[in-house]
Amino acid sequence: MSTAETTLATVDRRSMQQVQTKPMSPWRIVWRRLKRSRIALVGTTVFGLVLLACLLAPVIAPYGKNDIDLFNITAPASTDHWLGTDPLGRDVVTRLLYGGQLSLLIGVGSAVIAVTIGILVGAVAGYYGGWTDSILMRFVDLMLAFPSIFLLLIVAAILDGITVANVIIFLAAFGWMWLARIIRGEFLSLKQREFVEAARMIGVPSRQIIMRHLLPNVTGPIIVALTLDIALYILAEATLSFLGFGVKPENPTWGNMLNEARTYALTRPLLVIAPGLTITLVVLAINFIGDGLRDAFDPTSGR
Amino acid sequence: MNAFVIRRLLGAIPLLLGVSVLSFIFMQLAPGGPDTLLAKNGRMSQAQLEAIRHNLGLDEPVHVQLWKWITNLVQGDLGVSFSQQRPVRDVIFDVFPNTVYLMTVALTISLMVAVIFGIGAAVNQYGWFDNVTSFLAYFGLSMPVFWFGLMLQIMFAVKLGWLPSAGMRSATGGGTFDLIKHMILPALTLAIGSIGSWSRYLRSSTLEVLGQDYVRTARAKGLREQVVLIRHVLRNAMIPFLTVVAIDIPLYLTGAVVTETVFSWPGMGRLFFDSLTKRDYPVLMGILLLGAFLIVIGNLLADLLYALLDPRISLK
Repeated sequence: MSTAETTLATVDRRSMQQVQTKPMSPWRIVWRRLKRSRIALVGTTVFGLVLLACLLAPVIAPYGKNDIDLFNITAPASTDHWLGTDPLGRDVVTRLLYGGQLSLLIGVGSAVIAVTIGILVGAVAGYYGGWTDSILMRFVDLMLAFPSIFLLLIVAAILDGITVANVIIFLAAFGWMWLARIIRGEFLSLKQREFVEAARMIGVPSRQIIMRHLLPNVTGPIIVALTLDIALYILAEATLSFLGFGVKPENPTWGNMLNEARTYALTRPLLVIAPGLTITLVVLAINFIGDGLRDAFDPTSGR
Repeated sequence: MNAFVIRRLLGAIPLLLGVSVLSFIFMQLAPGGPDTLLAKNGRMSQAQLEAIRHNLGLDEPVHVQLWKWITNLVQGDLGVSFSQQRPVRDVIFDVFPNTVYLMTVALTISLMVAVIFGIGAAVNQYGWFDNVTSFLAYFGLSMPVFWFGLMLQIMFAVKLGWLPSAGMRSATGGGTFDLIKHMILPALTLAIGSIGSWSRYLRSSTLEVLGQDYVRTARAKGLREQVVLIRHVLRNAMIPFLTVVAIDIPLYLTGAVVTETVFSWPGMGRLFFDSLTKRDYPVLMGILLLGAFLIVIGNLLADLLYALLDPRISLK
């Protein structure tokens, strides 16, 4: 009898211990799922490597950013110039590395600003409701009704000579609306929940309710939007620069490299292929990360 | 049903009005309009400049200009092009059909490919077809559209010499066949983005329908797989898909700017680009407004389609 009892007791104690162990934090769950996603892993590796290479451009680039080699103008690929030189005799590999700095800065910068605006507008509209909500959401509708590329191009053409900061701000200004809608919707339903009511009842000020109780519940959509926005803005910068309304070519970006290369597309295809393929690879990598994150944050997918 | 349609139509009016007013404000804020461009000309005297400003109505107070702009707009009058001295409406509608041809062909291509990719991938989830098409879709979504166009040009027009690289008609003239040959590359370019997103979307909506009880019932009662797929799965998966298509169609207009510039296609996108370099604000505003109208109409269409096609949605 005694043995049976002890076994039972041990089993019981063991299960008690299991119950008492701290449950996994949401971040750990997300991290565990993300690690298991192969495409997210590939995306992170590729993006990480490109980012690192671009940041280290001053160290690893074989030539200076605007070094001109007059004896090698639009040279084909060689051991001196791995991807050849552009119409001004500048090394393409070097330009790609430095160009990446700006292209990635524009992508990340605009995404961060757009997401911040989206969170602010969405949170205020969703939390306060009523008139504030109506006015803000009509404004969102209005902004969404404009074809954003048209607006961007018009603004860029009007300014004539656009700076990197300009590009970042304009891209962000025309791209925050979707996230604002999502956050608003989530807030509308979240604020009805008991834990928010409880917080309000013990006198937590609105700002703190938003920051401490509501926002952490929408981390998933925010992070996914941030990632996918980076990809979108890298493409947008490329389009803007390709049409000749982006950053001026003394500071290379992947987009304005394509703009300069365009007239040589038929004679020196490599000049067009290299930056375009770089953009595609990076955007593909970011999209992979974004999709991996989306699955990882999705509570309905298995652990 | 009628009440629903009318209510949605009425709801679009303030939005369109807002779009018009905002466009106008935008145009007012623009420095370096025709004034500076004309002034740079140098040969023009102050008096001539005044006369031109007066002709273009630029010397009137802002609110008067706004009122004129709105009332003219309602009557379909978009003002006069700075560079061509003709009504903007005529300038736009001269080239509008060319863009519509291109959009129609591109739309047909991407719809067909998206349906084949999306459904094929969903029916055999994680099979080779799914993997290949998923990768292609991702790739299509991640490419800069203009770069894809340039690649097509290099490949098919220069290296292989199969198709013309730019323009809409050969200089020597030529019939429908000539037009089709000129159209293939730009239409593919315009289609690539939506092929990617639409096939991904259709794949997931088909997968969702495949998991429904009524599909299992249909299979259980012994229907042939083709019948199940076409009658039960496809029809239901198409509902959300078509609404997304309706919402995305205006995107073709923005895509046209890049595509038509790459392929020198004489349509609205190219007109927009040319007007940008000439600072022809009335034309730019006209195209901007047309784009905005298309977006509003596309959204409206999506709402109506959804309500029409899905009997589960009640029309209040």
